[in-house]
Amino acid sequence: MDDNNLQQTSSGAYKIDYEADNIFSIIKQIFEHGDLFTKLSFLIMGLSNLVRGQIVKGLIFLCSEITFFWFMFTSGFSNIANFITLGDKEPTTVIGSDGFERKIPGDKSLPMLLFGVVTFAIIVGFVILWKGNVKSAYLAQYDVERGKRPKSIIRDIKDLFDVNLHKTMLFLPLIGIIALTVSPLIFSIVIAFTNFNKSDHNGEMTLIDWVGFKNFGNVLGMSEKWGNSFWKVLLWTMAWAVFATFTTYIGGMLLAMLINRKGIKYKSIFRTMFVISVAVPQFVTLLLIAKLFAVNGPINTLLMEAGVLDEALPFFTQASWARVMVVIINVWVGVPYSMLIMTGILMNIPADLYESAKIDGANNKVMFFKITLPYMIFVTTPNLISSFIGNVNNFNVIYLLTGGAPDNPDLYYAGDTDLLVTWLYKLTKDQGLYGEASAIGILIFIISATFALVTYRRSGAYKNEEEFQ
Amino acid sequence: MAQEKSMSKSRATADVLSYIGLVVLSIIWVSPIIILIIQSFTNSGNSRILGTKFTLDNYIKLFSKEEVEFHYGKWYLNTFIVAIICCIISTFFVLSVSYTMSRLRFKMRKSFMNIALILGMFPGFMSMIAIYHILKQVKLTGTLTGLVVAYTAGAGLGFYIAKGFFDTIPKAIDEAAWIDGATKWQVFTQITVPLSKPIIVYTILTSFNAAWVDFILVSYLQGDKVDKYTIAYGLYKMVDMQHITTYYNRFCAGSILVAIPLTILFICMQKFYAEGLSGAVKG
Repeated sequence: MDDNNLQQTSSGAYKIDYEADNIFSIIKQIFEHGDLFTKLSFLIMGLSNLVRGQIVKGLIFLCSEITFFWFMFTSGFSNIANFITLGDKEPTTVIGSDGFERKIPGDKSLPMLLFGVVTFAIIVGFVILWKGNVKSAYLAQYDVERGKRPKSIIRDIKDLFDVNLHKTMLFLPLIGIIALTVSPLIFSIVIAFTNFNKSDHNGEMTLIDWVGFKNFGNVLGMSEKWGNSFWKVLLWTMAWAVFATFTTYIGGMLLAMLINRKGIKYKSIFRTMFVISVAVPQFVTLLLIAKLFAVNGPINTLLMEAGVLDEALPFFTQASWARVMVVIINVWVGVPYSMLIMTGILMNIPADLYESAKIDGANNKVMFFKITLPYMIFVTTPNLISSFIGNVNNFNVIYLLTGGAPDNPDLYYAGDTDLLVTWLYKLTKDQGLYGEASAIGILIFIISATFALVTYRRSGAYKNEEEFQ
Repeated sequence: MAQEKSMSKSRATADVLSYIGLVVLSIIWVSPIIILIIQSFTNSGNSRILGTKFTLDNYIKLFSKEEVEFHYGKWYLNTFIVAIICCIISTFFVLSVSYTMSRLRFKMRKSFMNIALILGMFPGFMSMIAIYHILKQVKLTGTLTGLVVAYTAGAGLGFYIAKGFFDTIPKAIDEAAWIDGATKWQVFTQITVPLSKPIIVYTILTSFNAAWVDFILVSYLQGDKVDKYTIAYGLYKMVDMQHITTYYNRFCAGSILVAIPLTILFICMQKFYAEGLSGAVKG
């Protein structure tokens, strides 16, 4: 397994170049230069290791091969067959010999889908293990041919804490990521190509079928109501992201400059006031503000009792009011954060820039537009882009403030302030329209990935990762 | 001379205006929190700011045994347990992955980092329903264990900040230790970890905090198992349409009790985050 200890020898043993070539050519080389046991290890895993005295390692390979095939023959192959058909037995009711109705459950498509994905994951895992087996089979042969003892299990374990430390350290985190990040994701992507939705199946969610790209077609406009909803929600999401990003950006910059003005005392007290407001968890403040501005909430009551208003203001109940309100409240949420970032940057502007500008007779206005602003924009551009993507996916602010309300009857379960992500949440959580929701999820991914990749690839942090260290 | 005087005069007016502006803005920013505090001590209900009398009832009722629907004390305990376990496991995962990505060189490193980046761009809600079904197959939905599993499993993907920190530790230190015969594991445990206190504390605090503020995953996984809720979702439920009239003031009191520790946590996090960003070995 360990590539680094290989040395070219004169004993005729062939050294395989593990680093340069692709995996198929490595396997081909191993097959060409391997002896009988190594070649047999392609079929009987661990054989070469066993023959050459690496008992524990060989047994591990052999046992995992047996387990794998046992799994495949007992359930793996049927899982894959089920994955392809997704079941075809409808649930039926028959009248038994005793005259009572009996329900015979039909095939359950959802577990079939899930087990199918898991089976594929197990197969991929096995292939990786098999690759390791082939490599290790040849390595054992190679060591013997050079007259060396193959590595003992103790040495292997020691290596796991030294040259192979990455395998040890990534093992558990990777299992977690594969089990509950990657496979759910694959599962959801797969769902986007099925007609999986709760309402069509009486809440039972039994039989579902492959439908190809129909969900994507629907969402993008083949079906009028879906298409209408998607494009409208997308348009508002983009508008929201632009407004939310720029208001907090500009607001934060102005606030930072105000606090850092020369001659302002108690800077840290003022800063603390703003920081405290964001230190309180967001779900608390957002829920509170939502209730304060409710139709029968304290603000409306106060204004009406004072005689300012005759009837309650529709803060969150009328489309344009609600849209303006969420942007304004987002300023409240976002400005302290951007103020903190901007303060850091403002402090870092080299003071000699200002001094030389002053000597050249520049006034405050000129200095702001020629030095401060260009500097800030230059430094904060990556920040601006990531906060734009963050706002496209800003679930908390919208969901806790309005929950997407006011509902719009022209749209598929979406309201006028719904972003794509809050709509997605409603479609899955409340409506159970998983097929279409997954299609929307993939579209959101495409949008944010395009944005992010373009900018990330161009950033210095990506290009010069090694240079920096 | 006259010009200078008018300059300083206009400067003084600008100062005064700035102070006024700052005070007004501070009031706007702090007022919701003041309102929250006031309402937690009154019987205002959900349509007034001030109630008719000062009372501690809201706090007492939160923990009252007669309350059948909302078990605030239980939620608090649930959240605390989940948060503690999560922060231990997540910190372990994050540190392992970030150290590996920063310091160890192996074939799949770059691909792993790119894959992690791509995975992060999928909206989280998309796979939550799948997480629900997976956990349901192993009978973990509606349990605190399930919640811990769901929170921690993907933690390894959040390695960017800690990796950035490890990147700042000079490689020469590692190399010197290797020459002295240390294994990579020893370098990690005996050299890197002691140098990385700020980022370790930061990772612990953020993962502790995450369990307190999440209400989305809880809403998927716990369904109607009210006594397995955590605090954020429980409080969210308290002010939904059916409950707001009865529970509004209790919601305020409950929020205060969560907000106090989390606010302190946030301020600590700020400090360690700033220290973490400034690197391990100060120049």
